[in-house]
Amino acid sequence: MIDPSAPDFWSGLFQVLLVGTGQTLYMVGVALLITIIVGLPLGIVLVGTEPGGLFEKLFGSRRLGQVVNKVLEFVVNLGRSVPFIILMVALIPFTRLVVGTFIGPTAAIVPLAVVAIPFFARMVEIAIKEVDTGLIEAAESLGATRWQIVSKVLVPEALSPMILGLSTTVTSIINFSAMVGTVAGGGLGDVAVRYGYQRYSTIHMVAVIIVIFVIVMVLQGLATMLAKRFAHKSRPERAEPTSAALRASATAGSV
Amino acid sequence: MISVQHVSKTFRSGASVTAALQDVSLEVAEGEIFGVIGQSGAGKSTLIRAVNLLERPDSGTVTVAGDELTAMSPAELLRARRKIGMVFQHFNLLAGRTVRGNVELGLEIIGVDGDERRRRALEILDLVGLADKAGSYPAELSGGQKQRVGIARALAGKPKVLLSDEATSALDPETTRSILDLFKRINADLGLTVLLITHEMEVIKRICDSAALIENGRIVEQGRIVSLISTAGSRLAHELFPLGDAPHSAGDTVIDITFSGGSADRPVIAQLARTYGLDVSILGAAIETIGGNQAGRTRLQLPGSPSANLRPIEDLRSQGMLVEIVGE
Ligand SMILES: Nc1ncnc2c1ncn2[C@@H]1O[C@H](COP(=O)(O)OP(=O)(O)OP(=O)(O)O)[C@@H](O)[C@H]1O
Ligand SMILES: [Mg+2]
Repeated sequence: MIDPSAPDFWSGLFQVLLVGTGQTLYMVGVALLITIIVGLPLGIVLVGTEPGGLFEKLFGSRRLGQVVNKVLEFVVNLGRSVPFIILMVALIPFTRLVVGTFIGPTAAIVPLAVVAIPFFARMVEIAIKEVDTGLIEAAESLGATRWQIVSKVLVPEALSPMILGLSTTVTSIINFSAMVGTVAGGGLGDVAVRYGYQRYSTIHMVAVIIVIFVIVMVLQGLATMLAKRFAHKSRPERAEPTSAALRASATAGSV
Repeated sequence: MISVQHVSKTFRSGASVTAALQDVSLEVAEGEIFGVIGQSGAGKSTLIRAVNLLERPDSGTVTVAGDELTAMSPAELLRARRKIGMVFQHFNLLAGRTVRGNVELGLEIIGVDGDERRRRALEILDLVGLADKAGSYPAELSGGQKQRVGIARALAGKPKVLLSDEATSALDPETTRSILDLFKRINADLGLTVLLITHEMEVIKRICDSAALIENGRIVEQGRIVSLISTAGSRLAHELFPLGDAPHSAGDTVIDITFSGGSADRPVIAQLARTYGLDVSILGAAIETIGGNQAGRTRLQLPGSPSANLRPIEDLRSQGMLVEIVGE
């Protein structure tokens, strides 16, 4: 039990929150970076290897394209359907192999990235599917290579929904990071459990909730702003299906 | 400039089989504007997409500006496509790029560096009359302006051939005319060969030197419009100058006369009246200026049965006019 009237209570709370927030931002930030680096190409390949897609014939082989599509489809579905808490425990040997330990913020990055990558890849897939195939044809008619089509057409044109997808992804990473914290990871989730729950400090609990809420709000505000900035839509109603699709999949995707 | 030889394309999806193109051959001469007309589903888009191999035909060859595209490797094909610009019905502009950015796309693809890209984009935008919109986004433009951007984008890489898939179908009549006039100007000033497809006769009438009619995946007629006009039974000519089904009283002769070139301004009716004492009535007429030449068709009614009017009809024919007896 912590005494809120103790002279060092507030400075202690501040210290704990600062460390916790720092660890959370570190875990989430690095996990997010890995998620983008792996999830973006994964999403692109996922759409591209579909029948009729840009990479339908991967390295000249239609068979390879099909196989890659099926395998990725399976991996992404698997990654998205296993509950996080089970995934986290199941990944312990892998985490140990990569990081050397399964305890602490750095180790937490592994399951966070693993759960976020398929989630974000789906978002990327949805966003890219929304890109009008006419744009691909226009680029093809100008003699664009497949790589040029991806880099000059698909990614830039899908940027706005992808940013929204990223914001949903980051929210769920924060969500999961709190869960990792309770098990072994540190961060704000750890603070909530150790102080708020185990030592009955309602103030700690409330403070953690507020900090997490603020982080999520700031990130989402930022994402919405950026998404708007890149949208250049003429009719607002055309933006609807995209965000609706993203929202639907976001709801389906979170645990 | 464009030679399509015996091209066929069949789409199979599940149980349904669509023969979109069946043994299609087409010759487009250098510097001309060639229009392909046909109804919805006739295979027009498939045909024009086969010209730059966006749609690879099942068989046949496609040659553009001396390159046999159908025989090329994928890498060679990319390079060859740079000689072929394409304009689309729905413009297909990148929403995230400004007008100038869209025009620069093709130049980026072929690796033109920044300053030169900018210079050329602005030059082309000037040509299509959009110099003041360089910094706007497509969402801020009207349909006609968007299509001008589409045309500028297609022209930026200095192609030899311009393909247009229903470029004006999403535009109102006035904007359509201004875009068609732009095509004409590009064709005249840059010497660009244009192959366009459309379902509107108006487009063919206004700018085309040659035309082809496509039906159910087959070309049923093609040629220079001037010669199509004087071809007996030409459906394109009939479509160009529709006279409808004018009713006529039994026992009379109804003839359609097609004029072109020199015969257009001859006083035919007065001549028939004077020489044969015939009481001629005009049932319908359509006169157009095509490629600077007056051309048209007139439907006349002559008293008496066709067999009684053989001499005047022969006379008209001998003067180089195309005379068809309606209802025979
Ligand atoms: N990718 C495809 N898969 C299956 N069938 C197709 C495909 N593309 C075209 N078709 C079919 O081929 C036929 C010709 O289509 P095409 O698009 O060339 O017609 P069109 O003359 O351009 O018609 P419209 O004027 O409506 O654009 C149609 O019956 C169409 O359904
Ligand atoms: Mg079409």
